[in-house]
Amino acid sequence: MKDWSIKEISSLLREKKTSSVEITTDYLQQIKKKNPEINAFITVDESRSLAQAKLADQRIQSGEGDVFTGIPIAQKDIFCAENWLTTCGSKMLHNFVAPYDATVVKKFNEVGAVNLGKTNMDEFAMGSSNETSYFGAVKNPWDLSRVPGGSSGGSAAAIAARMCPGATATDTGGSIRQPASLCGLTGLKPTYGLVSRYGMIAFASSLDQAGPMAKSSEDCAMMMNVMAGFDTKDSTSIDHKKEDYTKNIDQSIEGLKIGLPKEYFAEGLDGDVAKVIEAAIDQYKKLGATIVDISLPNTNLSIPVYYVLAPAEASSNLSRYDGVRFGHRTSQYDDLMDMYCKTRQEGFGEEVKRRILIGTYVLSAGYYDAYYLKAQQIRHLISEDFKKAFQSCDVIMGPTAPSTAFKANEKIDDPVTMYLQDIYTIATNLAGLPGMSIPAGFVNKLPVGIQIIGNYFDEARMLNVAHEFQKATDWHKAIPEGALS
Amino acid sequence: MSITHDEIKKIAHLARIKITEEEADAALKKLSGILNLIEDMKKVDTSNISPMAHAQSVSQRLRDDVVTETNQREKLQKIAPEVSGGLYIVPQVIE
Repeated sequence: MKDWSIKEISSLLREKKTSSVEITTDYLQQIKKKNPEINAFITVDESRSLAQAKLADQRIQSGEGDVFTGIPIAQKDIFCAENWLTTCGSKMLHNFVAPYDATVVKKFNEVGAVNLGKTNMDEFAMGSSNETSYFGAVKNPWDLSRVPGGSSGGSAAAIAARMCPGATATDTGGSIRQPASLCGLTGLKPTYGLVSRYGMIAFASSLDQAGPMAKSSEDCAMMMNVMAGFDTKDSTSIDHKKEDYTKNIDQSIEGLKIGLPKEYFAEGLDGDVAKVIEAAIDQYKKLGATIVDISLPNTNLSIPVYYVLAPAEASSNLSRYDGVRFGHRTSQYDDLMDMYCKTRQEGFGEEVKRRILIGTYVLSAGYYDAYYLKAQQIRHLISEDFKKAFQSCDVIMGPTAPSTAFKANEKIDDPVTMYLQDIYTIATNLAGLPGMSIPAGFVNKLPVGIQIIGNYFDEARMLNVAHEFQKATDWHKAIPEGALS
Repeated sequence: MSITHDEIKKIAHLARIKITEEEADAALKKLSGILNLIEDMKKVDTSNISPMAHAQSVSQRLRDDVVTETNQREKLQKIAPEVSGGLYIVPQVIE
């Protein structure tokens, strides 16, 4: 097994030095070898992947191929893929074979990409450790006793263990960036509305956003070229002009103004992680960037605001799982009410139920103004903080997560501690801003990610800023011990 | 802000989730912790601040009122727990 990047596979395929069938076979073998201990995939279907690879090879042979034709990637199991089991990590959907493709999946199919399988995730994307999946916890390839982060932990672990060169992921409060940080990967959560949510199973609709995860910024840019785009089937999709995210990725960043929010370096941040981030900032100075001290004063409020808004939206979105039209239905019931209540008792895991209850509570009569309305007002303040900050800088940087990967079972019984994992990532979802995590170094052999937050629709610049760092450093090239053996 | 055992049973019913006495007790402690976290919002004066529902201030798009979808009843009902004669089957609601 070779450690290919998406860009390298694309060149090799175009130069006809290899075929999609050959590359896909390599990855399927790697999945067979590594997945039993990592548990990054929920569904793998070799014959379907290989059939897609054969078609891609025909397209390349006839000269019709796109730069992405024949490239195998994995899809987070939150995206509906026609005739593929699509579980969202839940017992509720353990038998749900999607009858249609999500727009993201359709776009990858159209360019001739190969689907290697569906990756494991926290149930309904609710979690920061990948321990809430009905299909079992995912292990971090850097240390099997630790979590890969969540909720896109399956996608992250699959790439880190070299079972795929890239994967789709989603981010509601940090679910792309935090696992990318904990697994030593590059992940981008785009501006809200840039990538279609159609066919992406809803958690908190005003915060959910899909994005790419891969080993480098260049590979994420190539994936973004496929994923981004206006979609009439998503009511909050934004009609933004089509961009080529690879075009200016090589530009110098001389003169770039980097804002460092003092709140992101305050109490709660691990001291060794802070040192890694400071060293990365020094590297940026060497690349010609200047540093601006900024403040995001409402950072600490982002967690309470999120844990009102996200559960409120979730309680409403998840009301569709009633055992009538698809998914799990309880086997024994007295009447319709009993069927609903037992189906949902059995189908949802503990964390999902907890969030539905919180959401139902904050939306219930008498509490709406005190919780939901108040949270939306503070969301406005958080968004204004960023607006002000971007008047004095081009991008904002800081840690992605307060620590490196923590031990399995360490935080699962204490939801509040688990929620604090997302302290640096949640505010960008609330504001709808794009955020990225790239590898910046190691603490005790565990990866640390630095976060890059951009202004609305500034993904091309962020990818450029990340790529320039990756040209000067090797952190993103590190491979977990034994991954290729 | 504290929540009671009975309130948990009430919201579980509103959310259509069956909950045992033991589960309600277990939920009580954890939900109280989360509600305490949320209480931090109370410290902020939000008078005269407009609520923000969405990240981008765009209005809902409209489309022409024409049929765009085809009938896929059979395909969509294939994954249902129980159907009969093209209808979804649930326990009898009206005597």
